[in-house]
Amino acid sequence: MMLHVKVSGIGLLGPGLAGWAGGRALLQAPQLWQAAATVVPAPNRLPATERRRAGLVVKASIVVADESLAGSDLDPSSLATVFSSSTGDPSNCHLLCEALAAPERLVSPTRFTNSVHNAPAGYWHIAAQSRAASTSLAAFDASFAAGLLEAAVQCTATGEPVLLVACDVPYPEPLHAVRPVADVFAVALLLCPAAAGGRGLSLQTLPSASSLTTHCGYPGLEAVRRGIPAARALPLLQALAGSSAADVVIEGLSDMALQVQVAAS
Amino acid sequence: MRPLAVVHYTVVSALGHGRAATLAALQAGRTGLARQDFETATLGSWLGVVAGADEVVLKSEFAEHDCRNNRLAELALRADDFGGRVQRAAQRWGSARVGVFLGTSTSGILQTEIAYRHRDATTGALPRSLHYATTHNSYSVAGYVRAALGLQGPAYVVSTACSSSAKVFAAAQRMIDAGIVDAAVVGGVDSLCMTTLHGFKSLELVSDEICRPWDATRSGLSLGEAAAFALVERDAEAPRAWLLGAGESSDGHHMSSPHPEGAGAAAAMRAALAQAGLQPADIDHLNLHGTGTPGNDAAEDKAVVAVFGTALPCSSTKGYTGHTLGAAGGVEAAVAMLALQHGFMPAGLNVQTPDPALHTLYLREPREQRLRAVASNSFGFGGSNASLIFGAAS
Repeated sequence: MMLHVKVSGIGLLGPGLAGWAGGRALLQAPQLWQAAATVVPAPNRLPATERRRAGLVVKASIVVADESLAGSDLDPSSLATVFSSSTGDPSNCHLLCEALAAPERLVSPTRFTNSVHNAPAGYWHIAAQSRAASTSLAAFDASFAAGLLEAAVQCTATGEPVLLVACDVPYPEPLHAVRPVADVFAVALLLCPAAAGGRGLSLQTLPSASSLTTHCGYPGLEAVRRGIPAARALPLLQALAGSSAADVVIEGLSDMALQVQVAAS
Repeated sequence: MRPLAVVHYTVVSALGHGRAATLAALQAGRTGLARQDFETATLGSWLGVVAGADEVVLKSEFAEHDCRNNRLAELALRADDFGGRVQRAAQRWGSARVGVFLGTSTSGILQTEIAYRHRDATTGALPRSLHYATTHNSYSVAGYVRAALGLQGPAYVVSTACSSSAKVFAAAQRMIDAGIVDAAVVGGVDSLCMTTLHGFKSLELVSDEICRPWDATRSGLSLGEAAAFALVERDAEAPRAWLLGAGESSDGHHMSSPHPEGAGAAAAMRAALAQAGLQPADIDHLNLHGTGTPGNDAAEDKAVVAVFGTALPCSSTKGYTGHTLGAAGGVEAAVAMLALQHGFMPAGLNVQTPDPALHTLYLREPREQRLRAVASNSFGFGGSNASLIFGAAS
């Protein structure tokens, strides 16, 4: 069964990729891309008190969400959202586990509140004053594919736009050793129903061997794709950066992948 | 929406393993909560602990999945032959056409919490016995269930705190409607861990007494753990119940406190009614989220009164199982379906003095009555709300 949606806005943060506006050209000509640690700017949408409380996964998610909406007249207060992350807020998790391993077990209430996987969704909907539906997913290395599938299914089911945000942030040690994530990567796709304007996407799940997965075609970016779960979006973003039609297979779970046909623009 | 067939379901909680044990406790008004310690947490509070989890041995090929959360999942796969029924569905539709969409909030984080007590004194490294991906990571329980049942369809975990395992019913309905899958395992699993026991304590939301939802002097929740699964299919000859509607919303208000007027909660209930094509008067009973904290119950009461008025019989079953967090939506979906199948409304436990500030019709005694439609509410941190409506099979 094929799902048809439109992409009408994109947000991006990653190693050497400071946003979709600037990153688009680098994805089209990856030989110009230079490895550099991801820089997460302050999310203007968050009030100062919430900016202090929020973790990096919240900040990066909100920054890309806002970039994807920058050229849109959609009202964020009525926009449904899907947030996807493999690991949630890793520093917060580490500090909680440290506190719980100490004899006093003194847990900060804010740290506990921030430990929920849907913290980015919670902060976003507070900042956007939105009561729209929202879900928060995890599927380990397939988290981006799972989020894209869910967002496309929701958009098709409701006939309304859905904002997809996928973000992963590295754990500090000692968890980094058991779950290495190379750097911060965040991507937002504003999906609209097929009748709306935007770049056409047609999606279907495939029973698949990993040999079908589309790679980045450039060693530096391919290392980013493999090193961060949310960066599994890179081949799709490269296709969206260009104007030709493209066929992208996104790594999913074992025995399964997500095929995305990108229409010519 | 087109009603979605629930062909099988089961639940494992402090009330026991499977539907019969759960039904017996609900009908007898018998709690599964007890004042007890858990692992190294000696907080003196009432807990709903699943019996038998320590004795579960996963099959050797799943040894790296071994953690309390996946043991609870395994107990629920065994209860009421749930796993066997899913495998028959996989034969019917093909294993790639059966999805796995499960809720959890803390997954198997207890493994990592314990590992942090045993870090290498020199390097700080975690012990090699920690299998992060298959235990702690949020996806772990869906990965375990998918592998243990030999399924090959799409799978993910919804983790939206205490609404997680209600929202997966809505997700499965959309996935089946879109033709991505023909059947799905839904529900959720959450297991007790230090993060939630000490975390809720830090927020001063845990009662020193047994939780008393809707009581005038209620002082907080009692924590529990559970696994609850349902199998939904595109069509079925003899379903046990129908999912008629699901409503989802956000509060957009605060990370850990509900909107004081319950505005987001009311939006979720209205969305569920709209999807089901039902009027408020068509609902016979409502299983409240009803955690027993002063703020949560007050906000939910306002929301329920705004949508349904004051005549709809309501109760919370948190006094039986404790608040099972990411499993709560699945547990209460199972309770709603038991109520429909057996024609009864469970009583809310532990009310000594009804709160005069709350205006819903809160049941302190069970009622026996044929039911056509039952609603179930689940609300979580981050302002995540879900409301489900189930209909009787015939």
